[in-house]
Amino acid sequence: MQKDLNWREFLITRLIKFSGYSAIIFVSMIFFFLLKEGLPALSEVPLGDLFSTRWYPIESYYGILPLISGSILVTVGAGIIAVPFGIGVAIYLAEIAPRWLRNMLKPLVELLGGLPSVVLGFLGILILSPTLRVTLDLPTGLTALSGALLLGGIAIPTVVSISEDALDAVPKSYRDAALALGATRWQTIWRVTLPAARSGVLTAVMLGVGRSIGETMTVMMVTGNAPILAKGLGDLFSPVRTMTATIAAEMGEVANASTHYHVLFFIGLVLFLISLAVNMTASAIVFRQKKRAERVLS
Amino acid sequence: MKRILVLTFSLVFLVSCSSGEAGATDSAPQTYIENKGSDTIVNLALAWAEEYQLENADIRLSVTGGGSGTGIAALVNGTVDIANASRQIKQKEIDLANEQGIEPMEHIIAGDAIAVIVNPTNPVRELTLQQISDIYSGVYTNWLEVGGDDRPIVRLSRETNSGTHVYFLETVVRLGDKESKTLFSTNTLLLPSSEGIISEVRQNPNAIGYDGLGYVPEDLHMIAIAPEVGDEYVLPSVDSVNNGTYAIARDLYMYTNGEPTGEVAIYLEWILSAEAQEIVKELGFVPIN
Repeated sequence: MQKDLNWREFLITRLIKFSGYSAIIFVSMIFFFLLKEGLPALSEVPLGDLFSTRWYPIESYYGILPLISGSILVTVGAGIIAVPFGIGVAIYLAEIAPRWLRNMLKPLVELLGGLPSVVLGFLGILILSPTLRVTLDLPTGLTALSGALLLGGIAIPTVVSISEDALDAVPKSYRDAALALGATRWQTIWRVTLPAARSGVLTAVMLGVGRSIGETMTVMMVTGNAPILAKGLGDLFSPVRTMTATIAAEMGEVANASTHYHVLFFIGLVLFLISLAVNMTASAIVFRQKKRAERVLS
Repeated sequence: MKRILVLTFSLVFLVSCSSGEAGATDSAPQTYIENKGSDTIVNLALAWAEEYQLENADIRLSVTGGGSGTGIAALVNGTVDIANASRQIKQKEIDLANEQGIEPMEHIIAGDAIAVIVNPTNPVRELTLQQISDIYSGVYTNWLEVGGDDRPIVRLSRETNSGTHVYFLETVVRLGDKESKTLFSTNTLLLPSSEGIISEVRQNPNAIGYDGLGYVPEDLHMIAIAPEVGDEYVLPSVDSVNNGTYAIARDLYMYTNGEPTGEVAIYLEWILSAEAQEIVKELGFVPIN
């Protein structure tokens, strides 16, 4: 009996350990695959052409700058919408709303996160983009703005759900102490609760941003996919082509191991590195804060 | 998108193959017809093959794409029975075939026309080919310049991987000039589906788009096109495509070695039948009669 238990324990520990390592294995395998398929692009296309502003692959124009700027523009736009709104909803749910309302609203918000992005894309094409075109008097509603609004909508549930959890986990004693010192409710939220939950909120923001930058279907449907180099937030009102939409639209037809194929993988590599940078920045900040918080507490 | 379609068709086709084989285990005599060529035609050829095999369990049709040139080369090498081509065979290819003792014979199987569409509220109804080219290459940016209202032009196109995109680029934007390096204007919206183009044209009075004639719904306006200034403006229709007066249209071909015989002849005859030409219409091409 005892032996049996040991054996089982051994197996389970190993399995769990393997699951832990598998994440690392998969990520590094994907990374090496992207390197293998994407790096030949650097030797096949001169760097000056690769980082130029014209993307028209069937005539060998492989300038990826419009695609990078398009992805960044749409993601920043989505962040501007999702971060304040998402954190606002989270604060309302965790700090202000009565318990019964919170218990009803939070599952609803999370349900919103489960909406398939194709469905949102359809709503975007049929409702959002015509409305934007008419109300803002734009030539077309298929713009970066439509993409940013929809991606904001996609990111909000992620931001709300995780930051609400973080706010909820702040010990009640913090709030009691602040109120006892004469702080108003707003001061308590803004100066005490939110800073205490900062690392969780930051994680929420980063996951939201990650969702936006990787989202493909919705942006492909509503941003018009015109590879115009975006130079600033003003270009939100013009069409853009994102990296993800480019890969999705073109990968299906591209000849294996052609220059175009390698360039598409190179774009994937750039996307991967951007996500990696976002995540590392986030974890670096969270890590630093934790150390400071521990110092304060000890 | 096209690839996905092709995949679905091949899957259906494979499934129909295997179920057919299960039924015919007592080694019924089977005839194989190899069919290869144009990527423009591959979906149509697959749809035909699928339908034809449902009716004739003893026929096996194998359909592959690869491009018109690939198909004709395979015919010249004698590896296929039927070559699909979205262009006429070149004299050079005929010479090459003759050297191998092969006499390519042409069969027109369907028409392919592209309609240029605008929103019904747009007063522009007629354009020359040159004007459409200038609109898409970015020379004109306002409808005023081609006789319309004072509105910006929003250009819509299919994605670059679509055969229609390439055909439109060569025939319209570059006016058929092989040396031309004219490109679509960068702010041309590249939409992943016909449906995307149609819904945008339907709700946006600034938009101009193009699509296979068979896909254009009745509530959108098609532009009548004149090949040159001074020519008659012609609306796309089955008639104007078949009599050659509509400018953005081409015939689609199948080539066989000499006069087709046996099952191949029967298959080609079936392709011209009303039933098979109905499939042509469903896939957005133009039936030939």
